[in-house]
Amino acid sequence: MVIKATKMKPIIANRSQPSGNFTEAVSAVVWKDLRAEFRSRELFSAMLVFSLLIILIFNFALELDIKTRQSVTAGVLWSTFAFAGTLGLNRSMAIEKDRGCLDGLLLAPVDRSAIYFGKVISNLAFMLIVETIVLPVYSVLYNVNLFQPGLLLVILLGSIGYVAVGTLLAAMSVQTRTRDILLPILLFPVVIPVLLAAVKASSGFLTGADFADILLPINLLIAYDIIFIAVAFMVFDNVVEE
Amino acid sequence: MQPKPLALKILDIVSIIVLVTSAYLALVFAPTELVMGDVQRIFYFHIGTAWTALLGFILAAVFSVIYLITKDLKWDRFQVAAIEVSLVFFLITIVLGSIWARPVWNTWWTWDPRLTTAAITELIYVAYFMLRQGIDDPDRRARFGAVYALIGGLSAPITFFAIRLFRTIHPVVISGSNPEAEGSFSMTADMRVAFFFALFAFTVIFIDLFWNRIRLGSLQDTVEQLKLKVSM
Amino acid sequence: MITVKKLVKRFGLKTILRGVDFEVQPGEFVALLGPNGAGKTTFLRILASLSRPSVGEVNIAGYKLPHEAAQVRARLGVVSHLPLLYGDLTAEENLRFYARMYNIPKYELRVTEILDMVGLEARRRDLVRTFSRGMQQRLAIGRAVLHDPDVILFDEPYTGLDQDASSMLDEVLKTVASKGRTVVMTSHDLVHAEDLATRFDILSRGIISASASRKELRRTNLLTFYRQALAG
Repeated sequence: MVIKATKMKPIIANRSQPSGNFTEAVSAVVWKDLRAEFRSRELFSAMLVFSLLIILIFNFALELDIKTRQSVTAGVLWSTFAFAGTLGLNRSMAIEKDRGCLDGLLLAPVDRSAIYFGKVISNLAFMLIVETIVLPVYSVLYNVNLFQPGLLLVILLGSIGYVAVGTLLAAMSVQTRTRDILLPILLFPVVIPVLLAAVKASSGFLTGADFADILLPINLLIAYDIIFIAVAFMVFDNVVEE
Repeated sequence: MQPKPLALKILDIVSIIVLVTSAYLALVFAPTELVMGDVQRIFYFHIGTAWTALLGFILAAVFSVIYLITKDLKWDRFQVAAIEVSLVFFLITIVLGSIWARPVWNTWWTWDPRLTTAAITELIYVAYFMLRQGIDDPDRRARFGAVYALIGGLSAPITFFAIRLFRTIHPVVISGSNPEAEGSFSMTADMRVAFFFALFAFTVIFIDLFWNRIRLGSLQDTVEQLKLKVSM
Repeated sequence: MITVKKLVKRFGLKTILRGVDFEVQPGEFVALLGPNGAGKTTFLRILASLSRPSVGEVNIAGYKLPHEAAQVRARLGVVSHLPLLYGDLTAEENLRFYARMYNIPKYELRVTEILDMVGLEARRRDLVRTFSRGMQQRLAIGRAVLHDPDVILFDEPYTGLDQDASSMLDEVLKTVASKGRTVVMTSHDLVHAEDLATRFDILSRGIISASASRKELRRTNLLTFYRQALAG
């Protein structure tokens, strides 16, 4: 085996250019997460199977007969997403922590928030993919039409809020001794507004309620998303640096 | 070993005095309420502890921001003190609320916005301490604590408004929230005296406990330092 | 190239580095030796901008840490004892990812160049988790020089490598260090340090307790120098 001292191209061409790097770094992180996940599919299959199991448990735990189904569908769906979501968040951060890759990301001459946004987008992507599969399964199992654009909008907004806060908290919990177990404990109390509003709005769409009633929770979701993405963006440095 | 400052010793005594006075005012001086009877007297303490718990909550969020800006560990000590005191007072508030609810609405728990938010805030506090438990490095512990307290501090009020806006239908309780607002009882002058004094008394008690807790925190740090010196 | 003045690093109440002074000229290869727990990794992490000094100044390539950290990072390459590579990506995907993170223009050619240099061209499309430790370490070095840094930091690079892999690493290190780059390498292994370094510094009990150039060491040998420095 030969190590060649190859003639390197002019040095300037290879130099790192720190400015204007933000979007490139964000998309690099997103692409990296998606690519790695499509290969191993560990995270994705775990989340999906877990979701289906939760729906199964709900079937036996709650009386999902035709009458009550109407009122609990939104709740069952969002409970499922909330629990399965923690798996994805945990795993996504654990990958970075375990092989020291977080250091690799921090060594790059780019703003720390680029790492945050990259992670949020890829976590969101995983969550949305799982949700896209759970919806038709639920529809089939319980003969409910879940394919309404309003509902899909709520799921998108709710997932954004969940993932925005979840990514930040996962970045913290993965650095503690208690790791995985800690994330749900940190996340759930803080993400209750999302659950409340999302269930209310989802229910509204499913039962055909007044638009005025649905608008309020949707506004809350949007407000929550904006506030917490802004806050997380500002404090993320403190969570990853030493 | 710094001795307890005189001001703090005086405050300790003052706190006990105001607590006893407030108890007298609430239990003896104030008139019995027409509809609910004597159990209404809990209200004075309930509001007192709720107010102090809220004060601690707001202070904790403010300390978060200050710590994140200055990175001075003393703000972290302040924050831990504020959250601990607030945690205890929210617990008392919830228990008192429960005791009040039983005879009045025939239920131990009402899912009204304030009580529910108090319970959720308790869980946030517990999570806060569990987070800190799992970290050895004091700087990281302070940073993570501050970040989480900030997130929690923003989320809890939003939760409160969300519950108020959305949870309109609930089978158990019809009017769970602020009785003053709904006028389920109006206060006489005497009651007002007891009420405002309770607020004052509990504020004094809060400051006393808060100050004591901060002092305890710095004593703990001193002990850690001494331990380290000895072990070297 | 690297200037460190009175660097102190505390973790809470423990002081790991107690006023380190350290200077490296461009092109030097410094082997930083010392017993386990001396603070070598802590020191290197501060140089790598992954950790902040409690007190003191650090200057690398004319930029100050921590304020001008981004500029420093652009000129710094780091090889740790952890691979810093993604197991589920191929060798070339890993390099491409880092090339994008470092914002290297037109990186395809550069990626091929690096793979060639570390002898992994043939396995560029294989997943990194199928690589042996030695191969991962070589790829990690490739990753570290992708953006053509002026300074390279190695933290115990020989950890966990067998004889063959160590020899290969020697070769790669020689190539990488030869282009006038400044290198700082920590090691508790004196053997490898001996061949490559131009200067040997000993970090012990939180400060640099001794320093000798390669010329000075011709008279004694490295082991004696090391033992003397630790005893003193």
